[in-house]
Amino acid sequence: MQFPKYFTFWQKVGMHSLRLTAWAVLAFLMIPILVIVPLSFNAEPYFTFTAGMLSLDSDAYSLKWYAEILNDDKWMLAIKNSFIIGLCATAIATVLGTLAAIGLSNPVMPFQRLIMAMLLSPMIVPLIITAAGMYFFYTQLGLSGSYLGVIIAHAALGTPFVIITVNAALSGFDYSLMRASLGLGATPRYTFFNVIMPLIRPGVISGALFAFVTSFDEVVVILFLAGPEQRTIPRQMFSGLREQINPTILAVAVLLVVLSALMLLTIEYLRARAEKIRTGDI
Amino acid sequence: MHQAELSAASAGAPGGGSTSGLPSHAGLSAAEKSQSRKVLRRRKLLTLAFVAPLIIFVLIAFVAPIGTMLYRSVYHPTVAQLIPETLVALAAWDETGEARPSDSVLNIFTVELQQLANDRDSGKLAEEINRSLPGSSSLIKSSARKIKNLDPEMLSRDGASKLLAMQAKWKNVEIWREMKLAGAVFTNDFYLTALDLMHNAQGEIVARDTQIYVKLYMKSLWIALLITVLTGIISYPLAYYLATAPARTANTLMVFVLLPFWTSLLVRTTSWIALLQTNGVINSFLQSINVISEPLELLYTQFSTVIAMTHILLPFMILPLYSVMKGIDPSYLRAALSLGAKPIPAFIRIYMPMTVPGLSAGALLVFIISIGYYITPALVGGTDGQMISNIIAFHMQSSNNWELAAALGSLLLGLILLLYWIYDRLVGVSNIKLG
Repeated sequence: MQFPKYFTFWQKVGMHSLRLTAWAVLAFLMIPILVIVPLSFNAEPYFTFTAGMLSLDSDAYSLKWYAEILNDDKWMLAIKNSFIIGLCATAIATVLGTLAAIGLSNPVMPFQRLIMAMLLSPMIVPLIITAAGMYFFYTQLGLSGSYLGVIIAHAALGTPFVIITVNAALSGFDYSLMRASLGLGATPRYTFFNVIMPLIRPGVISGALFAFVTSFDEVVVILFLAGPEQRTIPRQMFSGLREQINPTILAVAVLLVVLSALMLLTIEYLRARAEKIRTGDI
Repeated sequence: MHQAELSAASAGAPGGGSTSGLPSHAGLSAAEKSQSRKVLRRRKLLTLAFVAPLIIFVLIAFVAPIGTMLYRSVYHPTVAQLIPETLVALAAWDETGEARPSDSVLNIFTVELQQLANDRDSGKLAEEINRSLPGSSSLIKSSARKIKNLDPEMLSRDGASKLLAMQAKWKNVEIWREMKLAGAVFTNDFYLTALDLMHNAQGEIVARDTQIYVKLYMKSLWIALLITVLTGIISYPLAYYLATAPARTANTLMVFVLLPFWTSLLVRTTSWIALLQTNGVINSFLQSINVISEPLELLYTQFSTVIAMTHILLPFMILPLYSVMKGIDPSYLRAALSLGAKPIPAFIRIYMPMTVPGLSAGALLVFIISIGYYITPALVGGTDGQMISNIIAFHMQSSNNWELAAALGSLLLGLILLLYWIYDRLVGVSNIKLG
C-alpha cells in the first residue's frame, strides 16, 4: 500500500489495521458461503471436512449428492415448482408493478404518498404476519394448497421491488419524449412499447429479477399456504434441515449459490446499462 | 424484503412528489379554466388507470389477508355459536354478584349442553372455557356425558336440579361468569393474553402470574438490538474502507458483499448449521488444533441465532453506510487534519457525524427486519434462540390458537409500522433504491 510521504507512523498503522479489519469482515461474509462448496463434494454423509478431504484424497470427494438430487422425485418436483411459481409470480408482479410505477411517477397522481405506502407494504410487513393473514384469508377463498394461491401470494410480495426499480428508471425519464411521440400522432400503445419501454427496460428487468428471487427464496408463506404438491426448493431445504440433515441439501445450496452469482452479474450489467441510458451514452 | 438492496441516498431529502407541473390559472377566462380542469381530470383518470390494477391486486392479495388477521384477533364467535340461548338468558344475570344464575337459565343450558353432547361438540365448549378457567374442561365434559341420555323434555323443565346433582361445581359463580364472558363475539381477551394480562373475577385487568409473551417481546427486541449493534460495528470499517478505496478495488470487493446478499437465506442458514454443528467445521477445527477437547454447544442457542442473523443482515447495513460515505467529501477530514486536529478526534468529530444518516438508515432497516425474523431462529435457534415470530408460528401450526397468533401478530405489526414510520421520517421511503 502506498501512503503519502507526510503520513506519520501511526497513520500508517491505522491504515493497515483498517485494511485488515475490512478484509476480516469480507472473510466473515464470504467464508460461510464458500465453506459449503467443498463440503458438498464430501463422500461421507457428514457436514464437516473428513481427514481424507483435508489430505486431498480423491476418494474422499464424490459427486453422489448431486446425483442424489437428480434421482430424488421430491427434489425434482421442488425444482420444477420453484420455477413454475417463480416465473408466474414474476410475470404478474412485473406487468402490474411496471404499469403502477408509470402511473405513480406522474405528478398529477392523487394520493401518491398514501398509495405508494400501501403498494410497498408487502415488503415491510414481516413474512410471518403476511403468511398468517394469507392463511386465514386464502383458506376462506379455497386458495390454500393450490398453485394459484401461492402464485398470487408471491406476486404480491414481488411487486414492491418492481415498483422501486421501475420508479428509479423513470426518475431519469424525459416526459417530453412521450409528449413528442403522442404529439406526432403515435398511438398511446405504440408510444408505450416503442418510446417508454426501451428506456425503462433495464429497470423493468432488474425489478423482474428481484421479484423472481423474492419468490424463489421465499419459504414462510409456502410453509403456511402450500400443500405437499407445491413444495419448493427452500421448503424442501427447510424440512430437510429440520428432519434429516443430509448433504444433498449442501449440493442444492451450492447450485443456488451459482444461480445467485449469475443473477448478481445480470443485475450489475443492467445497472451499468441503466447508468449509461441515464447519462445519455446510448 | 430480504433481497432489497437499499441505499439511503440522502437522509431527510424531501419525500413524495411535487404537487403538479400544471400551468397556473392566473389570467384565464372561465371557459379556459374549466377546459384546463377537464384536461387535468382526464390526466388524473389516465394515471389512475395505470395504478388501479395493482391497487386492486394488492388490496385482495395482501391488504385483505392482513385485515382478516386483525379481525381474527378480536373476533371469536365459537362460544356464541355453541350456546346461543344460554347466553341470551345469561345476559340478564348479574355476573358481579355472588348468586349463580337462576334455575331457568340452567334449564336452558342443560338442553343446549345435551344438544352439544349429541353433536359431539361439547369438547369444543370445554376447551374454550378451560382456557380462561382451568379445570372446567372435565366438569363440562363429564356433565355432557351424563346428560346425553336424559329426556330433553324433562331437562327443559327440571334440568337445573339434575345438573347441580351431577356436579356441585355448577353452583359456583366463576364457571357461569366465564361462560358469559367467553360468549362475547368480540373480545380483547387475546390481546390481554398476548400482553400477559387477564380479567380477574371482578372483571378488572390484572397481570398474569407467569409472564411469557412480554418476556418474549423483550427478548426479540433485545436480540434485534444486539444484531443491529453488531452489524453496525462490523460494517463501519468495511464501508469506510470501500468508500475510500480506489473505485476499481471498491467495485471488485463489493462483489463479496453483494454475493452473500443475493444468496438464498436458506443457503446461508444451512452454511451456519454446517459450521456450528456439534461435529461441524468450527468444532472439528478447534479440536484438531487442540484448543478444546470436547465440542462446544454452538448450534441451537441464542448465540447461533445472533451470529447467523448478523451475517445474513450485514449487507443491509453495509450498503446504506457505503452509499452515504461515498458522498462525503474527503477534503473535510483533510482540512481538519491540516488545521492541526489529531486524526482520531478529527475522525470522530468531523467524519462520523456525517455518516449518521447512513448509520441510522441501516440500523433501522436491520432492526425492522430482524424483529420479525422467523426462518433462521426456527432452524438454528433451539429453545432460547426463539423470537416472537416463532411463537406466532407455533400458535398457528401446533397449538391451533389462531386468535392468539393473530393478536400477537397484530402487536408485532403495530411495532413494525411504528418503526417504519420513524424510518420514513428519518430517511424517506421514496429514497429506497434497488440494485
